[in-house]
Amino acid sequence: MMEFNFAGAWALFVKEVRRFYSVAVQTIFAPVVSTLLYLLVFGQVIDTQIEVFSGLNYSQFLIPGLVMMAILQNAFANTSSSLIQSKMHGNLTFALLSPISPLEFYLAFIAASVIRGLAVGIGILVVGSIGFDLAFNAPGWVLLFAVLSAAMMGGLGMLAGILSDKYDHLAAFQNFIIMPLTFLSGVFYSIHALPEIWQTVSHFNPFFYMVDGFRYGFFKQSDVSAGLSLVVTVGFLLLITAINLILLNKGVKIRK
Amino acid sequence: MSSAVKFEQVTKQYGDFEALKGISFDVEEGAFFGLLGPNGAGKSTLINAMSGLLVPSSGQIRVHGCDVIKDYRQTRRLLGLVPQELISDPFFSIRQLLELQSGYFGLKGKQQKAWIDELLHRLALVDKADAITNQLSGGMKRRVLIAMALVHKPKVLVLDEPTAGVDVDLRHTLWEFTKELHQQGHTIILTTHYLEEAEALCEKVAIMQKGEVKALDTTSQLLASHPFRYVRVSFEEANPDLNEALASRLVESDASGHLFKVEKEQTMSEMLGMIHSSGLQVKDIRSRDATLEEVFMQLTGAAQA
Repeated sequence: MMEFNFAGAWALFVKEVRRFYSVAVQTIFAPVVSTLLYLLVFGQVIDTQIEVFSGLNYSQFLIPGLVMMAILQNAFANTSSSLIQSKMHGNLTFALLSPISPLEFYLAFIAASVIRGLAVGIGILVVGSIGFDLAFNAPGWVLLFAVLSAAMMGGLGMLAGILSDKYDHLAAFQNFIIMPLTFLSGVFYSIHALPEIWQTVSHFNPFFYMVDGFRYGFFKQSDVSAGLSLVVTVGFLLLITAINLILLNKGVKIRK
Repeated sequence: MSSAVKFEQVTKQYGDFEALKGISFDVEEGAFFGLLGPNGAGKSTLINAMSGLLVPSSGQIRVHGCDVIKDYRQTRRLLGLVPQELISDPFFSIRQLLELQSGYFGLKGKQQKAWIDELLHRLALVDKADAITNQLSGGMKRRVLIAMALVHKPKVLVLDEPTAGVDVDLRHTLWEFTKELHQQGHTIILTTHYLEEAEALCEKVAIMQKGEVKALDTTSQLLASHPFRYVRVSFEEANPDLNEALASRLVESDASGHLFKVEKEQTMSEMLGMIHSSGLQVKDIRSRDATLEEVFMQLTGAAQA
């Protein structure tokens, strides 16, 4: 029977959570504040001019998108920055010398990135719900997409952390891949507002399905069906997980 | 006696460069084993392959009979590595790091806390237990690494250049601690550039060069097999004019005299005869066997030539 070092994986998970919690101002409060600034600027200015989904003003539409954007970016940042820092400081060695399997290593890091993503997301929702009328028509879907998307982005962050040899590589990954995909995922708009060609292009962006599925949980309205969004999100999560496990098993750029 | 670690035809290839060229040898259980060699010999590569920090290109390494790849959970529980590079963590204190590392091995509870306290005490880290490793000196960081390696009470302790950059006091403390661990039954594998340390501590030594084992024997046998012994002579003359026989045996000259190497089969009478025939006046003369450093130089120097 396959052994699972639960205690080891738990210790690594706790370590990862404590790591980001020890700098909570930077890892939780700062993203909450910066996301709320987006809401303040875009929401208040455009609120009266646009009705994206029927019966919703722009701020109501925007909040779930911003929450998901923050979840995605912070889940990515958690694994990627932790890994690159551990590589730079050398302390990744401690985990590599322990009887923790690649799967346990992966799950511990991903679980911690989900926790950080959710912490930031909940922070924005709590503050956002004070000033705006938010509906949770299908809370199960909200939670499901939040967790799956954070896990997928945690996996992507791990991939970036494994492949990066220095902070510069990570910054390139973040600025040229994560940021454009996030901004072009329908956080700020419904893709139906785009020209047809860009609507088609958006369908190739996996982040679009995460944002759209998450938004469905609030309004029971979405650009594509929530079922399709779920399939794409799970599919990408499995793909990223498989790539990470292959790299971790081979020890690529980690076990030299 | 059974093997604590068994290397079988271990190779490691980096592109065209062969860092390890089919290394095979055993380290016996309970041994104090020295792994010596110049920089780039492959010592750390071999140690890292044993510890799971790198994957060998071919061959097999067994720790107490368990394969380091297939049975990595067992071998990592059996091994404790003190890596060569100093490691720091900007987020956690020494005590927290030791607790987390214990957790990776599934160790917790009162007994483990007591062991962590003992490690902190034995390695003189109690005062710094709540300090972040980034704030520590190099010597302190080295001690933290030793504590981390011992946190799961491994049977085999591997020390990769543990005294590099460490002051004399700490070096002495570390060796006393290591000797004690050895006496308690731990197998110790050590790499060091301080050959006098290896000579004093290690029962058996492997000398590596360019990814190969050049010599493997007990320290006493390696010293005994060296073909020369050494004679230091100080002359009355300030600048003695050495004859050909003496000049060909001269190793070095300094303020304390001239050091000659003499074939072991030559008697001291023959050496004295050479000195006498040169007409020089002897103030003092001392004879000694080779040191491990001289054995090392002869083996690695010969291979380079």
